[in-house]
Amino acid sequence: MSGIRVVESRLDPATAVYSFEIPAGEPWLHEVRKGQYFRIVDLKGNQAVDTLFYNAHDYSDRYSAQDTIREQRNIYLTTGTKLMSTGGTALLTIVADTCGRHDTLGGACATESNMVRYAIEKRFMHACRNSFLKGVTEWGRGLEKRDITCNINFFMNVPVTPEGKLTFEDGISDPGKYVEMRAETDVLAAISNCPQLNNPCNAYNPTPVQVLIWDGAL
Amino acid sequence: MDPASVLWEETVEAGASWSHVLKRGTVLRIIDIEGGANVGALFYNFECPVERYNMADTLKAQHIARLTEGFVLYSDMGRILCSVVADSVGWHDPLGGCSSAALVTAKYGESRYQEARNQCHRNGRDSFLVELGKWGLGPRDLVPNVNFFSRVSVGEDGGMEFLEGNSRPGMYVELRAEMNVLTVLNTCPHPLDPNPKYAPKPVHLAIRRGTPPGAGDPCRLSRPENGRGFTLTERYFL
Repeated sequence: MSGIRVVESRLDPATAVYSFEIPAGEPWLHEVRKGQYFRIVDLKGNQAVDTLFYNAHDYSDRYSAQDTIREQRNIYLTTGTKLMSTGGTALLTIVADTCGRHDTLGGACATESNMVRYAIEKRFMHACRNSFLKGVTEWGRGLEKRDITCNINFFMNVPVTPEGKLTFEDGISDPGKYVEMRAETDVLAAISNCPQLNNPCNAYNPTPVQVLIWDGAL
Repeated sequence: MDPASVLWEETVEAGASWSHVLKRGTVLRIIDIEGGANVGALFYNFECPVERYNMADTLKAQHIARLTEGFVLYSDMGRILCSVVADSVGWHDPLGGCSSAALVTAKYGESRYQEARNQCHRNGRDSFLVELGKWGLGPRDLVPNVNFFSRVSVGEDGGMEFLEGNSRPGMYVELRAEMNVLTVLNTCPHPLDPNPKYAPKPVHLAIRRGTPPGAGDPCRLSRPENGRGFTLTERYFL
């Protein structure tokens, strides 16, 4: 596959100031301060990690898929990508990536979109946007459905063709692959560890992922 | 289009913004008068605007990275806001997003109202926010937008390229409202338009009453997903 570039990190998990394993199908919200490094590890391989970021000081200024891909003139996210906000702020920069390519066009699964995509009877299967709603409601501070917008799908493979077609393909991630970002400003990270069972985005077997944070100036 | 069927029409000037609640069953035709227009567009369920156009759901339900006749615009709630019922262009961009004040100033230089009056430079983001503000909406309601008449193609490596000359004078696209849809438009240039000169174009709008989407409607039949999308949209009104 063209354009895949693997960049490893020198950070040692033993020196991380925070580590947590997010079970499949659960939300996770946590602040990452400016200068800190934030890593997501695909522990078992091919697990979609739906992720939103907000400026921690103004949640109305949040990750923007369109601004991010337009700024770098490329739809795939990898090392060097600046994750841009709707207000034009660089929220984080991807500094290491052993998977090599991540999606931001596929969005998060929802019970409603599952009805459209697969069958109306799929309504009651767990989905990312239910996790996001639970996560932002518990986080409080005014966050609600209105704030759940177009996300990143780390470790997910959604190729687009020159003819304008888009498909969900088998993942290109493997156990232990990770993506690491440096926060360029104080951010709130919101993750839904994807429970989707209807397409290959989780290899039909959602699994846990690990998040780690290191203090900066390393 | 039978001119007698037009309920009302209006020209949106170059670099301007516009909003209206398209009533369910009406059809909006947008005409690129001079060629090379760009129409940034956002769509909301007027009754509950937290339900809104969702780029990702629109693309993945139909396996597309472009919009044209036969495709529909999905909300985040599994319903169809608008259907593209006619299109003489063939490709409308759902990826490129909108310009900001910083982008427009960096690209074209500063042009303020004080000196330039109504020819001053406007940008997509501020235009959306001003128009959204009129309906009580704001930055939290800003989501990825559509750019009608523009084309951004994606290469094998993911690279994005703006194609000039995508729309010629007189070309049009028609949207049929499947719900009561707050429609917010602006005619600011596409953020990837390589023209070094700020040169927005006007568009003409014509609204008429349409035919409800029957069992054989091409948008309903274009994909099995859309059949379910129409069912869910129709259930909302039962």
